[in-house]
Amino acid sequence: MASVEIRDVRKAFGATQVIHGVSIDIVDGEFVILVGPSGCGKSTLLRMVAGLENVTGGEIRIGERVVNDVPPKERDIAMVFQNYALYPHMTVADNMAFSLKLRSAPKSEIEERVKKAADILGLGHLLERYPRQLSGGQRQRVAMGRAIVRNPQVFLFDEPLSNLDAKLRVQMRTEIKELHQRLKTTTVYVTHDQIEAMTMADKIVVMHDGIVEQMGAPLELYDRPANMFVAGFIGSPAMNFVKGNITVNGKAVFKTEGGLELPLATAPAGADGRPAVYGIRPEHFVIDAANGIPAEVVVVEPTGSETQVFAKLGGQDIVGVFRERVTVGPGDTIPLTPNPALVHLFDAQTGQRL
Amino acid sequence: MSVSADSIPAAPSSRWSLSRLAHDHNVLGLLFLLPAAAFLLVFLTYPLGLGVWLGFTDTRIGRSGVFIGLENYQLLWEDHIFWLSVFNTILYTTVASALKFGLGLWLALLLNERLPFKAFFRAIVLLPWVVPTVLSAIAFWWIYDAQFSIISWALIEIGLIDSNINFLGDATNARASVIAANVWRGIPFVAISLLAGLQTIPPSLHEAATLDGASSWQRFRHITLPMLTPIIAVVMTFSVLFTFTDFQLIYVLTRGGPLNATHLMATLSFQRAIPGGQLGEGAAIAVAMIPFLLAAILFSYFGLQRRRWQQGGAD
Ligand SMILES: Nc1ncnc2c1ncn2[C@@H]1O[C@H](COP(=O)(O)OP(=O)(O)OP(=O)(O)O)[C@@H](O)[C@H]1O
Ligand SMILES: [Mg+2]
Repeated sequence: MASVEIRDVRKAFGATQVIHGVSIDIVDGEFVILVGPSGCGKSTLLRMVAGLENVTGGEIRIGERVVNDVPPKERDIAMVFQNYALYPHMTVADNMAFSLKLRSAPKSEIEERVKKAADILGLGHLLERYPRQLSGGQRQRVAMGRAIVRNPQVFLFDEPLSNLDAKLRVQMRTEIKELHQRLKTTTVYVTHDQIEAMTMADKIVVMHDGIVEQMGAPLELYDRPANMFVAGFIGSPAMNFVKGNITVNGKAVFKTEGGLELPLATAPAGADGRPAVYGIRPEHFVIDAANGIPAEVVVVEPTGSETQVFAKLGGQDIVGVFRERVTVGPGDTIPLTPNPALVHLFDAQTGQRL
Repeated sequence: MSVSADSIPAAPSSRWSLSRLAHDHNVLGLLFLLPAAAFLLVFLTYPLGLGVWLGFTDTRIGRSGVFIGLENYQLLWEDHIFWLSVFNTILYTTVASALKFGLGLWLALLLNERLPFKAFFRAIVLLPWVVPTVLSAIAFWWIYDAQFSIISWALIEIGLIDSNINFLGDATNARASVIAANVWRGIPFVAISLLAGLQTIPPSLHEAATLDGASSWQRFRHITLPMLTPIIAVVMTFSVLFTFTDFQLIYVLTRGGPLNATHLMATLSFQRAIPGGQLGEGAAIAVAMIPFLLAAILFSYFGLQRRRWQQGGAD
């Protein structure tokens, strides 16, 4: 096990730069998730850590050692690919044993390690099968088995669950997390699914267009997003954003051009009249018959455990999510108010948190 | 009521049998097979059958023969030139195929790397395959010429030898020369087919193997080669069949000489049948090639059977 340090790393493919100076510190044993929209450079960064891509600038250290020029096989890392990359002409057992055979480990040790990994992953009865004869979830497990038999310093996962159906994904999510708690191997995990990131990570790194927008513990990102991008990316359904001005007139309020007035708990110092963006998560709306602002319901989506209400609030499209059953229909009005303590304010120009 | 009750079951039953006929895969398959079967019968089976028949007769050019049983084969059994041609054919096929495989695979691996002007090099490699055989054979004839050979000339200029090499006049040299020409001509087919095979191997397998600690030789040995074997089997079967039945190159370069050292079964068969006029005997030599070809096909049939890892569910 080892720490991983990424220092101001840059990557260019020919003339196009895709990673613009990324720095991440990963502590020994940490489970770090890189998350971000498609094309933001997550895979590229992971492949640079693995040694499959050259580093254009900056430094990558694995366990104190600079690995920029260390070939992949000497980095002592294991990677699980999105398409699993199982060797089709080898049985499950041979797939898992391949790296050990290459290192000419003793036969008894190979068998023991493969058996142990197979037991952990519940693959015992499939060892003689070929990859083609497995289901998607089983292949996924074999790919993980191939990684864990090596007992590497670092695990790298590149969207390992994106080929699985929703139910299996949730199950494998738990399994990977359990596996990490058991093995405590430093893990870097790439996904574009923010739920996966929230549920599994010790630390989330939100990437966007080749830079790090914010990193921190999952709830930290949820509670204090550093900018509008992170605020909109973390949380589902996404945060509602309303443009307007902060007005401090005895009591701080947020006024939109349409004349809508939204409550604020406090306003940043000297923010009177400042144009800003008001962010409120769907789950932080309250139905309040006394003080609520009437909103016109457009669509209601009950999921059983909660109800999503799409509505127009003073001309703005917003979403609210309520744990209690809401018995309204399209066209009805519903009195809504944001919980002022859970409101986020962002600069109108830069999108940074105020 | 009773009338309609009788007529109702009758109609569906006839329609049922017709639709069953249309849906029966065996019947349909047979129907679709008919044109191809007729084609094969006219253009393959008839000439083949005629050839086999001629082999049992003493037909000459201009005189239809009579059935003489195995007499042609008995003659061939005692004919040392025939046995020499069998030896030549086997030697020619084995050495040329092995060289074509080795060099073709090497070329395919090179072309599969990231190199500049990739498309250009790939096109160049195809060149020997595109040129008509007779044309390239004539070029080789010139290259191997006893007086004007460019190879001899170059080697003399460099100072490696002092007299012209007798490429086609000496038995060993002639065999090596025709094999070299055949290899030159056959490499593109092997190289390009194997290149196509190489490109079906997902790069992520190589990446996974690299991370598993495989050197480039180990990646070749444990990933590339096993995944390429099905294609190697097809390509080499065809290559062996082409080489075994080669005719044009030999006929232009040496006509089987010197002293029959480069006579292959195909050239000997033609030699005896057309210039020699012994159609029956020529046919018998051609028929004698069939067991060898069948053996090659059987070999590839077993080599081509889907390996266990290729069976089972789709991706
Ligand atoms: N070999 C390459 N040559 C040129 N550009 C590349 C190459 N590989 C990736 N890129 C570019 O780099 C950027 C980042 O790609 P990357 O694969 O890292 O994205 P990603 O965050 O993993 O996206 P996804 O979630 O879709 O997998 C993209 O704009 C992509 O077009
Ligand atoms: Mg990716």
